Amino acid sequence: MLERLVVAIEKPLKEAVWDCRMCGQCILHSTGLSCPMRCPKNLRNGPCGGVRANGNCEVYADKRCVWVEAWEGSRRLPLWGDHIEHLQKPVDWQLQGSSSWINLVSGRDGRAPAGWSPHPALPQRGRVRNGA
Amino acid sequence: MTNPSRLAELLREGHFVVTAELSSSNSPDPEATWRRAEVLRGSVDAINCTDNTGAHVHMSSLAAAHLLVEKGFEPIMQLTVRDRNRLALQADLLGAAALGVRNLVLMSGDDVTAGDHPEARRIYDIDSLQLLEVAATMRDRGTYLSGKKLEQAPSFFIGAVENPFAPPLEFRPLRLQKKVRAGADFIQTQLVFDVPVFARFMAMVGDLGLVGKVFIIPSIGIPRSARGAHFMREKVPGLCVPDELVARLEKTPAARQAEEGIKIAVELVNAVREIRGVSGVHLIGIKWEEGVTQVAEAAGLLPRPTLSPLVTAGGRS
Repeated sequence: MLERLVVAIEKPLKEAVWDCRMCGQCILHSTGLSCPMRCPKNLRNGPCGGVRANGNCEVYADKRCVWVEAWEGSRRLPLWGDHIEHLQKPVDWQLQGSSSWINLVSGRDGRAPAGWSPHPALPQRGRVRNGA
Repeated sequence: MTNPSRLAELLREGHFVVTAELSSSNSPDPEATWRRAEVLRGSVDAINCTDNTGAHVHMSSLAAAHLLVEKGFEPIMQLTVRDRNRLALQADLLGAAALGVRNLVLMSGDDVTAGDHPEARRIYDIDSLQLLEVAATMRDRGTYLSGKKLEQAPSFFIGAVENPFAPPLEFRPLRLQKKVRAGADFIQTQLVFDVPVFARFMAMVGDLGLVGKVFIIPSIGIPRSARGAHFMREKVPGLCVPDELVARLEKTPAARQAEEGIKIAVELVNAVREIRGVSGVHLIGIKWEEGVTQVAEAAGLLPRPTLSPLVTAGGRS
């Protein structure tokens, strides 16, 4: 019941502002406030190699690449500018359509598959868990 | 499970490596794959088997890579997250290891709309960086993404791609760094035609302290004709083919365009060789394996170095 109520507020608000796709595990602050789920390849860790020379999407030639916007947006963010360098865990598709606000509070959005963990031989920087 | 990656050994020994792309087969006859690969024997150190390149369907990269192993070639298996979810990807990675494939190049893949099945459903369950982390986890921790233990960890030399020419240009080196942190041992780049832009990219990579931490292998395209160069410029996503290059080929009589294409590729090989942090070249002659051997010869890249069997058996990979 609470979930439905929160979704009823969150969905129209975030759709209007960010064209949100309700993945339920928001990382907007790590992506310069550009929603990565708008990328046709659902890339959460940066742009693909197909971005056009004019900065538009490989798939939708008349649209700006979500990650070009993310990079520019991240340069403007006062706090989280370097979060774009963080490795984002795989999407949990079970959360599609649920409230990222509730998932943030409950910690559900931070849950990664058991085998997903920082690499022992690599620096820890960039491996902090994030939610937005 | 004991034979390590020969490509890794060559790179770690400091050799300037040569890799090439094999045109994908559309035939169930293994000879069709072997015939193309034989042209490359002795001219390259490893051969990329592409995964539905340009989103056009062909024989699977896993099968092609295995066929190459059978004939004593060193394959590099490309694998995209476009056509498989996380279960299929891990299953194919382990299967590849069992079939003797050691080198991987893991990537997002051109979108289905660029290919011959534009109506297909794209998968993109995980992204290319997450796949790098998954492959590294299988190798280094011996577990699947689920956390479940493998009976034995596979031995992989893990590659990734980067496009130094696609916006946002300033983010590309950081993304490469991200790939190195996720597990990439080597990088094959998008085709380099614009050397100054590539040199700037490599300088930024150097500033991040990545030279020496990852082997970077730029791709060199071998245009066979003005029409081919034109096609690459217009149709291949993420490619930057300068007008001067197309014009240079157009000015050349049709009968001599292939020869001019070889010359262009050799000039590019020589230019990128001079750039700090470049560990080799990846030669791509589109449906033109002979072009690869001609470029390798003309650029003075032959003969290719050999590793003694003893070195290989005691390898570290």
